[in-house]
Amino acid sequence: MSLYKKKDTIIIKDVTHTYKTETGLLPVIKNLNMSVPENGFTAVVGPSGCGKSTLTKLISGLLQPDEGEVYLGGEKITTPRPTVGMAFQNPVLLEWRSVIKNVILPLEIVPNKLNSLEKEKRAKQLLSLVGLEGFEEKKPSELSGGMRQRASLCRALVHKPEVLILDEPFGALDAFTREDLWQVMHNLRKEEPFTGILITHDLRESIFLADEVVVLSGRPASKQFFVKVPKSKIPKLESLYSSKSIDLLKSLRKQIEIAQNQQEQNK
Amino acid sequence: MRNILVPLYAIIIFLVLWELLVWVNDWPNYKMASPSDIWPAFWKFKVLFFQYGWDTLWRTVVGLFIAVLCGVFLGMIMGFSKVLREAIYPLLVGFNAIPKATVVPIIALMFVGQHDLNTVLIAFMISFFPIAVSVSIGLSTLEPEYRDILRSLGASKSLIFWKIALPKTLPEFFGALKVAVTLAFIGTNLMEIVSPHGRGLGALFDSGKTNSDYPLMFAVLIALALLGIGLYYVVVVLEKIFAGWAERSSD
Repeated sequence: MSLYKKKDTIIIKDVTHTYKTETGLLPVIKNLNMSVPENGFTAVVGPSGCGKSTLTKLISGLLQPDEGEVYLGGEKITTPRPTVGMAFQNPVLLEWRSVIKNVILPLEIVPNKLNSLEKEKRAKQLLSLVGLEGFEEKKPSELSGGMRQRASLCRALVHKPEVLILDEPFGALDAFTREDLWQVMHNLRKEEPFTGILITHDLRESIFLADEVVVLSGRPASKQFFVKVPKSKIPKLESLYSSKSIDLLKSLRKQIEIAQNQQEQNK
Repeated sequence: MRNILVPLYAIIIFLVLWELLVWVNDWPNYKMASPSDIWPAFWKFKVLFFQYGWDTLWRTVVGLFIAVLCGVFLGMIMGFSKVLREAIYPLLVGFNAIPKATVVPIIALMFVGQHDLNTVLIAFMISFFPIAVSVSIGLSTLEPEYRDILRSLGASKSLIFWKIALPKTLPEFFGALKVAVTLAFIGTNLMEIVSPHGRGLGALFDSGKTNSDYPLMFAVLIALALLGIGLYYVVVVLEKIFAGWAERSSD
């Protein structure tokens, strides 16, 4: 089975978005076009403040674009919908709930036919997949930063969303914990296939996890550069140090520099 | 066991030092009554102590209950709407800045003779402010991501309130409630002392003053302290039950 199917799950078509601030209009995204195929995983990188987080809000339906359209699974997005799962840099676990109750949270909101036992079973299955077996009844305050983020990923996936939106989920973790979580992401993808978009500042992360990398231009963001990442079947961290990877990283870095310069000039 | 013994010893040492202080200085009881004067004073009026103690207690609790309802309501309004917060907040601050001792005679005149209503009203007025402020701060400082994880799933505003905003505000709420319970108690007694021919421990204190029964006045103070401790720990227990998650284990 090939990784790609013909159908695109996420389609962003000619999207333009402008914030109204006290000092005037602030265009953040301009004529952005991109798509993610079914079960594909696309990383979006770009200079700080170029509108990446706005993009996640547009895809999840929390914001409406001024112009253009966003489609999920062929349907135009006008409001938030339960077929989306999200995880942020801040894991935002609810401190008063146990880990497993945190993971179950979306199942309490999204319409579904699971009874409480099945919900727990589903959450347990995900928690063991990310290595949190035995931590189900712990409170979030008893977990380390990496463990909290693992739980947050489980929560994003528990209701089997069509689309997973990750907004710098590993940004606040130390380098080694981050690499552990990259492996967790690969496991999750294998066991719980999803169509995903990953916002990140880490170029190594983008090529290690994603099938495609999109570089956004400086604000207002549009697609500046696009590259498919060749993938081995079993992802290994060492592959990041191969000459191929290093060349890819260099070219991505170059693109970021161009975007940064452009953003500087637009100020 | 240690949790009970340590405070108990502290109280005993305190009483002994108090007794010694009066004895060494040879103070008469109108200057300062000693603990050994207080028990007979209490015993002489024990029926009144329980009757009036009950009056003080229920007035405080009812006043506090109304303060919780109004405080949470105001806090919710201010927490959810920036415009309403800007509109209401200065009014609230101004109202809170008025020393309640000056409001007591006004209320007492407004509803002459209606001791229960007067007292409950003052207890309420003095104690709702910290609750309103804490709830509004708790709600308005909710990190947007908390809202977004539920909003992105299509959750309604009221669902977000029940699942996230309300429980997240509970620790702040109970912190304010601990302050409010003491304030309400002060309010009740202010009114009881001022109201002529009223009931409650405050009235008993006042009659001690009129009859120059100084040990009685001190006995009322001790009774008030005991009631205050009781009320405070009721709030602590409620906090443990509803917001115990916010407490980090110390080890």
